[in-house]
Amino acid sequence: MVTFNLLINAVVTGILLGGFYAAVTIGVTIAFGMLDIVNIAHPVFIIMGSFVAYIVNRHFGFDPILTVIVAAPLFFLLGIAIFRFYYAAFESSGKGSLRGLAFFFGIMFVIEVTLLLAFGVDYRLVQTSYIGPNIGFAHIDLPLRMVVPFVGSMALVSGLYIFFGHTFIGRAIMAVAQDEFALSLMAVDTVAVKQLAFGVAIATAGIAGGFLIVIQPVDPSLGREYIGRVFAICVLGGLGSITGTVIAALILGVVETITSTIFGPSWAPAVSFAALLLTLAIRPSGIMGR
Amino acid sequence: MTRLKIKQNHDERISSPKLLSSESSAKGAGLTRRRFNRALMTMSALAASGSLPVRSAIASEPIKIGFGMAQSGPLGGNGKAALLAIEMWRDNINARGGLLGRAVQLVYYDDQTNPTLIPGIYSKLFDVDKVDLVLGGYGTAVQAAALPIVMQRKQVLIGTGAVAVNEKYKYDKYFQMLPNGSTARTSTSEGFFQAAMTMDPKPKTVAIVGAVTEFSRNVILGARENAKKYGLKIVYDGGYPPNQMEFGSILRSVQAANPEVVFVASYPPDSAGVIRTAYEQKLQTRMFGGAMIGLQYSELKQQLGPMLNNVLCYEFYVPAPTTNFPGIKEFLAMYQERAKKAGADLLGFYLPPYAYAGMEVLEKAVTAIKGLDPNAIGRYIHANTFDTVVGKVTFAPNGDWAKPRLLYVQYQGIVGNDLEQFKRIGTQVIIEPQEFAYGKLYYPFAASGH
Repeated sequence: MVTFNLLINAVVTGILLGGFYAAVTIGVTIAFGMLDIVNIAHPVFIIMGSFVAYIVNRHFGFDPILTVIVAAPLFFLLGIAIFRFYYAAFESSGKGSLRGLAFFFGIMFVIEVTLLLAFGVDYRLVQTSYIGPNIGFAHIDLPLRMVVPFVGSMALVSGLYIFFGHTFIGRAIMAVAQDEFALSLMAVDTVAVKQLAFGVAIATAGIAGGFLIVIQPVDPSLGREYIGRVFAICVLGGLGSITGTVIAALILGVVETITSTIFGPSWAPAVSFAALLLTLAIRPSGIMGR
Repeated sequence: MTRLKIKQNHDERISSPKLLSSESSAKGAGLTRRRFNRALMTMSALAASGSLPVRSAIASEPIKIGFGMAQSGPLGGNGKAALLAIEMWRDNINARGGLLGRAVQLVYYDDQTNPTLIPGIYSKLFDVDKVDLVLGGYGTAVQAAALPIVMQRKQVLIGTGAVAVNEKYKYDKYFQMLPNGSTARTSTSEGFFQAAMTMDPKPKTVAIVGAVTEFSRNVILGARENAKKYGLKIVYDGGYPPNQMEFGSILRSVQAANPEVVFVASYPPDSAGVIRTAYEQKLQTRMFGGAMIGLQYSELKQQLGPMLNNVLCYEFYVPAPTTNFPGIKEFLAMYQERAKKAGADLLGFYLPPYAYAGMEVLEKAVTAIKGLDPNAIGRYIHANTFDTVVGKVTFAPNGDWAKPRLLYVQYQGIVGNDLEQFKRIGTQVIIEPQEFAYGKLYYPFAASGH
């Protein structure tokens, strides 16, 4: 029997889960929603972030989330390097969309196999003080293992919201997303702006990797599990909308946990994606899409 | 076949093949049509050229053993460990002069824990690589995909690990090395329920949770049958999708049903998630555990550490006064040495001894019949009991072990995250079956576990 206590816990857990989903999706929102780059390899960069957190945690005992924040500039540079190659090979010749998709598939497999060869196929976990404790109150469970990534995720998306809305570079990226051609007529180097944006997208993936390995064990091929989910949230939120991404992620998280509680967990993916289809049927551009 | 990535290992480390003696050559060559034809062609060619004696040409040709084995994907860790054990057997037999006097060569592909790749892999093994013998990889789904192809070729299939794959086919040349027994569906959870019924007072309710996958589905069906058999009322019965990452809502629903026993059938990442969540929520129940794949792996044992305390889970082998099978210590010492370099599971308790034992069975059968005839090998394996590193093995008509021997083990006194403690007797106490039990079941789960 489903009690009020169970339901409220399901909602709270769904919000925590949704917050994490927002962090793993925000990079896709930037790359796919704003730059029109179908970076299907995004989840594998998340796994890379997880492995960076794992190595540093295992060998030096550092906090996995602080580790990925420190490592974020490296992911940013990696993103820039990948974009430069992608731009030179595909986008500059107008062959970005389909061939670019194949390119990112290739990137995904190369990184996955590299991780496999380097670290093997075992599941990796990290040790931190916030894995295990629970800060529940009034019959509500708040496992720190979920709370800390949630807080980190919200800080990440809030930072990006401020960056895109209130900084010169951020507004330039938004302008590229709106009308690249018009921006180029104003003598703006749109390629450089897109390059920066893609770097930011990959940096967010690295940070999300730190959150992921706190929540669950990670192996090199785990990224594949997230491809469908992150693109679904991105589309549901409305392409290119950070607010929409957060709302969509929270909706998906809450729908999953409530379904899991009421009907059983095996129904959760079906109900979640039915909610996605229903939303898109009513509002094809997504929740915050224009 | 370009998707069959990473590895095709045509062994380069084969020991120098020895020339057959005239006796073994005659015995070995006369038993299969393929070998007969091969010998005939070789004889014709050599007769035409007037060169080397016939028997040295035959002897230099290795026996090829082909298989798909997960080296990536969810069960890649197990596959890697199993492969290392099979390679150890190969090195061992080649050092002893080979099988039937011929060097053994392994031909394997990474099946990526993906059953859709299996038809391609086994077709290539038979048609392109021309293997003499085949093995099954690790996992129910991949072996279920391989079995029909092997049946079509009328070959022997010795599987590394699967549950109830041959239940419907009843193929007489299929053998499965894991000790789930011929009634694998129910015997996988039997020890858990037997242990539960030793609690005082006897439990009356059970919750069953499991992944919606081939393995878990079979185990859950068996767990339901066992719950009925032992008179337990199922108060929660839920499956979850394979990519589930949040178990809080599931375990809260379980807790709300207030079961005395919680049985979980899960895959490695889920097992870690379920145990962490149970620990965080301070799950209140008398007994907790089940067929949780992953808890047997070194990495998860080490990382979960004290969270494992009082969990009752199955293992295939743990160091115990009752599991001192001849050769097992030597095997594990050698395995653990090689595993460090190979990047395989460091303890090697789970799959490697059984993968190695499977090769011992095959070796004994081939040696006894002095040939590679699949029908003769199948008949011999069915008719005999084998002394292996995992003890005596006898097969039931469906190819599973005649007598199940899944060890239900309770983790006790785990302190910190040191892996070495798992090599000690007493940290993984065998509770069932009684024949191997040497410790006491601690319950309730929550009170002593936290």
